[in-house]
Amino acid sequence: MSGLIEKIEELASGKKNLRFMEVCGTHTVSIFRAGIRQILPPNVELVSGPGCPVCVTDDEYIDKAISYAKISGVIIATFGDMLKVPGSDSSLEKVSAEGADVRIIYSPLDCLKIAEENPTKKIIFLAVGFETTAPTAAATILAARSQGIKNLFFLSAQKLVPPALKMLLNDSAVRVDGFLLPGHVAVITGAEVFKFLAASYKIPSVVAGFEPEEILIALINLLRQVDENRAEVANEYRSVVKPEGNIAAKKILAQVYEEVDADWRGLGKIPKSSLKVREEFAEFDVEKILPLEVKKSARRTACRCGEVLRGIISPPQCPLFGKICRPLNAVGPCMVSVEGVCAAWFKYRGALT
Amino acid sequence: MKITLAHGAGGKFSADLIHEIILPAFDNEILNELHDGAKIGRLAMTTDSYVVRPIFFRGGDIGKLAVCGTVNDLSVTGAVPKFLSVGLIIEEGFDFDDLKKILRSMRAAVDESGVKIVTGDTKVVGKNQADGIFINTAGIGELIDGVEISPKKICAGMKILVSGTLGDHAATILAERHGLELPPNVKSDCAPLNKMIFEMLSIEPKIPMLRDATRGGVAAVLNEISAAAQVGILLDENKIPIRSEIRGVCDILGFDALELANEGKIIAVVPKNSAEKILAAMKKFDCGKNSAIIGEVTEKFIGKVGLKTKIGGIRIVDMPVGNLVPRIC
Repeated sequence: MSGLIEKIEELASGKKNLRFMEVCGTHTVSIFRAGIRQILPPNVELVSGPGCPVCVTDDEYIDKAISYAKISGVIIATFGDMLKVPGSDSSLEKVSAEGADVRIIYSPLDCLKIAEENPTKKIIFLAVGFETTAPTAAATILAARSQGIKNLFFLSAQKLVPPALKMLLNDSAVRVDGFLLPGHVAVITGAEVFKFLAASYKIPSVVAGFEPEEILIALINLLRQVDENRAEVANEYRSVVKPEGNIAAKKILAQVYEEVDADWRGLGKIPKSSLKVREEFAEFDVEKILPLEVKKSARRTACRCGEVLRGIISPPQCPLFGKICRPLNAVGPCMVSVEGVCAAWFKYRGALT
Repeated sequence: MKITLAHGAGGKFSADLIHEIILPAFDNEILNELHDGAKIGRLAMTTDSYVVRPIFFRGGDIGKLAVCGTVNDLSVTGAVPKFLSVGLIIEEGFDFDDLKKILRSMRAAVDESGVKIVTGDTKVVGKNQADGIFINTAGIGELIDGVEISPKKICAGMKILVSGTLGDHAATILAERHGLELPPNVKSDCAPLNKMIFEMLSIEPKIPMLRDATRGGVAAVLNEISAAAQVGILLDENKIPIRSEIRGVCDILGFDALELANEGKIIAVVPKNSAEKILAAMKKFDCGKNSAIIGEVTEKFIGKVGLKTKIGGIRIVDMPVGNLVPRIC
């Protein structure tokens, strides 16, 4: 293990300040849990990008979810970390305490059982996540159709990682010298979808695993590319990530979803960056079946989530961080999700020497 | 304002509820100490309610949990548990055979720990007005002469012991709830620890701190200890016993084993010179066979808990804010 750290020190020695970005909440948490920042040379900086699905979900979506939750006869099925995300004036946790039926699930497939057990209710699944979870959500829709389930609907805001990276690299305020690419996403997409990073932007990148030593190995790979002044999409998670990804999962995705433009918190509108249920499956799209208008959010705070999500500032540079914005009283979503950048900084804040 | 699940999750909201609403209602010097058990002269007393779902789980059931939890709370107060009361709240339609099964496992647990159930109460509520069965137990124990469990006696250099692998109870329950397959040897650690604790205190009456690492896990307990004693605590990740299967469950569900509830594990802060001797004694018990020295008390970073990671970094182990995993015990 110490050999890895020495290698990093050797490769980084004499270099300019290097900023490597991870774009996966699991990487963010793993880096903090292992205390990796403290053992890196001072000129190797790790910054977090838009890697937490809850965090990049915009206010309008949250407000819509809350409005649906308040309709009688509706059961909201959601991953747990959506519960506390603040909308314009409430949260799912609050409307749940006020009587709304909000259920935490661990897999979209759990929705099938809820739908069967509650035939008179409308079950709305909050489909939030990246390429990692989208295939299971798509499989749920296929299963619901084949089982004849008529009371399960999706509120879709699933996001795609490659368009977001493109957006970041086109943003002149963002400075990144290399990417730690999300291993779980790449299991589905394959490493090849990230080729544009090297081809169009000359940015080194590495598909990385999640164990501390796997992250160190990926950093060595990035440093080598910088050292040799080249850029490629390397794969240091070869045991599970194939160049072409998971073909079966990609096929289900293409069958159920189409790519559409979408608003990302902090990054604005990104072309072809979100997955929407295709017209052929419109009976599962809650926005078609039960259309609902919410006011454009008027929430104005000093929260700088947007810059945090682009890696322009680190969380402690936000004036609200750790003061009025804390995990139990979050102003921005980055402080809510366990994989949120601000929540991770807050949890592991401060140095121990 | 309404009660949310966060108020029962053991984090800050629970603490606020206790300090702002419950304590002021009863306000007295014994209650205000907020120990696992209250000390009244030479007696210790405690109570706990059990609402675990599912009622039967690998390694135990709600009945075994209800006895062990109260026995362990008394033991870590420095007492020998003696007598328990039992309150049963049963939902209409609950199966007689299930009830008998629960009572049998309560009996086995009281026999194992050497206590007696001496009084009780039974209530039945209508369908959907409870979920199967809820159990409350209260217990009385005799404080052991010469033992004083108090954070004031903790000082730098003392060792931190844990009585076995972490997270087994909560991870087993979560895995069962979410249909994750675990190998048969992985189960809840629910067990009465009073005999092992008595042995530890016989060897070293000057053990200043014993806690059972239930809700909030080892992370919560150590943070409370470091704050109360005004010391720092440094753990060594390489020494912390966690089963690889439990690590796997944590990875999948996004939990940290340090924050998961245990039902048969204690944390002990012990004088440096007797640490090895106490450890050897713990290992002789089945409930303590995986015991380990996992860290030490330091005068650096007062009030905080640090972890030296496997790759040599040091990071903070924060107070859990209260994960929403309701009805784990």
